[in-house]
Order: sequence, then C-alpha cells, then structure tokens
Amino acid sequence: MIPAAFDYARPRSVDEAVRALADAGEDAKVLAGGQSLMPLLRLRLAIPDALIDLGRIAALREIRDDGDAVVIGSMATHHQVIRDPLVRAHLPLIARTTETVADPAVRHRGTFGGSLAHADPAGDLPAVALALDAVLLVRSPRGEREIPAAEFFVDWMTSALEPDELLVGVRVPKLGPGWGVHYEKFHRTAQAWAIVGVACAVRRDGDSVAEARVALTNMGPAPVRAGAVEDAVRGRPISDDSFRSAGGHAADGTEPPSDLHGSSEYRSHLATVLTARALAAAAAA
Amino acid sequence: MTWPDQRAPPQGRLSVKRTLSTPRRPWEKRMPRIRVEVDGATYEDDVEPRLLLVHYLRERLGKVGTPVGCDTSNCGACTVLLDGESVKSCSVLAVQADGADVTTVEGLGVGGTTHPMQRAFHEEHALQCGYCTPGMIMASLDLLRENPDPSDDEVREGLEGNLCRCTGYQNIVKAVRRAAKDMREPAEREVTP
Repeated sequence: MIPAAFDYARPRSVDEAVRALADAGEDAKVLAGGQSLMPLLRLRLAIPDALIDLGRIAALREIRDDGDAVVIGSMATHHQVIRDPLVRAHLPLIARTTETVADPAVRHRGTFGGSLAHADPAGDLPAVALALDAVLLVRSPRGEREIPAAEFFVDWMTSALEPDELLVGVRVPKLGPGWGVHYEKFHRTAQAWAIVGVACAVRRDGDSVAEARVALTNMGPAPVRAGAVEDAVRGRPISDDSFRSAGGHAADGTEPPSDLHGSSEYRSHLATVLTARALAAAAAA
Repeated sequence: MTWPDQRAPPQGRLSVKRTLSTPRRPWEKRMPRIRVEVDGATYEDDVEPRLLLVHYLRERLGKVGTPVGCDTSNCGACTVLLDGESVKSCSVLAVQADGADVTTVEGLGVGGTTHPMQRAFHEEHALQCGYCTPGMIMASLDLLRENPDPSDDEVREGLEGNLCRCTGYQNIVKAVRRAAKDMREPAEREVTP
C-alpha cells in the first residue's frame, strides 16, 4: 500500500518548522516518529497534502531538568525516554509505561510528543500525561502557549492544537518522595494496544493513602481522569478492600467504546478491576 | 489504535486533490535527492517523498531480502537497522533515511560466509516458511547489541514486534541464545567455510 502524494519539508530548526507549518495550511500533517501516521498514510485514512518532518531538529529531542519539573522535548523517542536518567529518577511512571508501548523497533522511532499530539484514546501516554498534570508547550506564528493535559485531549484523535501549532515539549512536574506509581495495561498480545489501561500514582502517609491520581486509557474518546476513584481512596487505609471499593468507581461518568476488542460493558468492568490492581501496585511500589 | 464502529476514521480533505503542476510552497520539491549507505555501498537517488524505505530497498536497489509482510507495522518482517537501531522499514520514508546507514539481512554475510545469527537460525531450525526470518534476524541483532546475554524471557520480549506463524517461537528463542553465545565467545567456535 502506497500513501497518496504529498509535499515534504524537513526544517532544521523550530522556527523553520513553525514557518513551514504555517505555509502549508490546514491540510498538512506534522511527521514526528511516524509510527502511527505512516500506517494511516498507507491505508489512506489520512491524505495530507504536505508533511513537515521534525526528524532533523536536534533541539526537540532534549530532555532537561527544569527545577521541580522535567521538560521532555516532543521528539524524544520512546527508546530515549525509557533510558533517560532524569525520567527514570523523577518520572518513573513515564519510563515504565513507555516500556509497554508497542515493540523495540517502533520505540526506536516513535516519540513522546507524537504519541500525545496523535491523541489516540488507546495510546498509553496520554493517560499518563493526564495523571501527572503535564503541561504541553506549543509554538505557532502567534508565539508560545501552554496547554494543561486536562485541556489538551479534546476528542477521538483530536487535540487542542490549532493547525498551525507545533508541540515542542512537555513539562511534567516531578513526583516528590512518598509516591508510588504503576501502569496497569490489559491487552491480548505483547505489542497490542491497551483494551483498557490505568495510569496511577499514590502518595502514602504511613498506612493510609494521602493522595492518588488515576487516569484511564481507552475508556472514552479521550483519556479521562478518574476523579471519583481519587476521592474514594483519599485517606483510606492501604488495603485490598479500600482499593477494590475505590476501584468500583473507575467507570463512573465514562463512555467507553464498543469495538471488536470488547463491549462498552466489558471495558467498564475491566476498568474497575484494573484500577484496584493499579492502586495496590502503586501503593506497594 | 482501534476504530470505534460509530465514528468515521480521521481524514484529510478527500475531495480536493491538488494537481501536481504548480509549486506553491517555497520549500516544495517533489523529488528530493537522498544519499544512503546500504549494506556498505553508497546510493544517491531522487525519490518521491511518499516512497517507503522498504520499497526503496526492494524496488530501487533490488535488496529483495527484506520482505513486505503485513504493511501495517505489526509483523516486523521488514525490520532493518537504521544507524544501528532496528526499525520497521514499512513505517519509515526513504527521505527519512537520507544520510543514514542502513543494514539489511543481505549485508550480514561477507564474502559467502554466514553471520553467526544466520547460522544459528539454520542450525536450530528457527524457520519453516522463512518469511519472517530476515526481520527476526535483524531484530535479534538489535537485541544482542543492548543485551549480549539475554534470557529466554528477554529474547521473547525483545522480539515482541516480530510475528512468526510457523515455528511457535521455541526454536527462534534457542537460535538467538545460541547466536548470543557464539558472538560472545567466537574463539570457541570453529570457523565454517
């Protein structure tokens, strides 16, 4: 299968990329690692008339310390993120979740920023960004803009990015001491997409839960924060009973899709079970 | 990615297809020139931006040792090394490989010899139909680069992106571990012609 023809630009700097994207108009797509875009192009589910390839902009691959946060360049590959000492030390939820994304060859090309901008509800990293209160850093001819993850994932494969806006990085607040994290992913084969996934961070205070953050993958057209679970588990003792009972709220207010991998009802049930497991694993981490 | 039944897949503008005649962007070049090193030889070619690396290798360079499998980046049959790292060549554009060093399965044997990984696949019966084998071998080499002595489980994880529908994987795992040993201790092994 061969993609439809498109124009191709390979800018060398962020400024050039922003200009090229503006020149190209709204039928252009940004090419990051291409691991989601390329299948869409080949199947002709996407027919952009220009691609802006960010592959040669070294500055976008940087991962740097920003005081109480880490800034991950949008073009940092999954492979790079998994091995990065800053990410491993301060954002272990991102490192561990990224290890579950696709397979090694795809992780060599696929990028952190690309996964977020693609906004696939079955993608693992959007829920993680949501759970960690990440902020997406955006550039356009109009200047810079910051979009909180809670406002970034708008709908099915739709982000808050305007057609001329480029995602340049993601600022993720470090989790301090006392936090345990876990990503619980349910899929049928090793490299498959999550049928449901649960991104979870728990801050312990002695034998009880001081605070929890929970976000769900593939439980709706966009990743969702499970606020009802977070409220239900706050202040509760660390025990299977607390986690089961809090996990019972995981599907509250969600609209999970039905597809060939599972019905909406099945996903709702799965979310409650996986959330209880994720809370327990994060509390034990 | 899953396609919810009730929603239409995402689309570019399907109705308007621009004619290819009039350049309208300052950077538009319909046939960029690329320079790629493949299996030790350098090639320069003008390519359409939409040309996939796997099609470039097979159809322009005649490197048909790299097969097209699923065409949806699931199966890994088309895996090659791009600057030393495994990639699925059906999911990379030829223009993205500009300036890079590509190794295909055809670049492994030198002067009629076989690579230890190829030998191990042969000796452990790690293939039946052989369609997945070039990708399996390239992905296995990538795995050993980072982990020269993988356990069975680590081999299985390292090859999670490569599908084989014949062998049930048992002999592939054996072959990769045997190759790993041979590559760690080359002196212990007699050189076969």
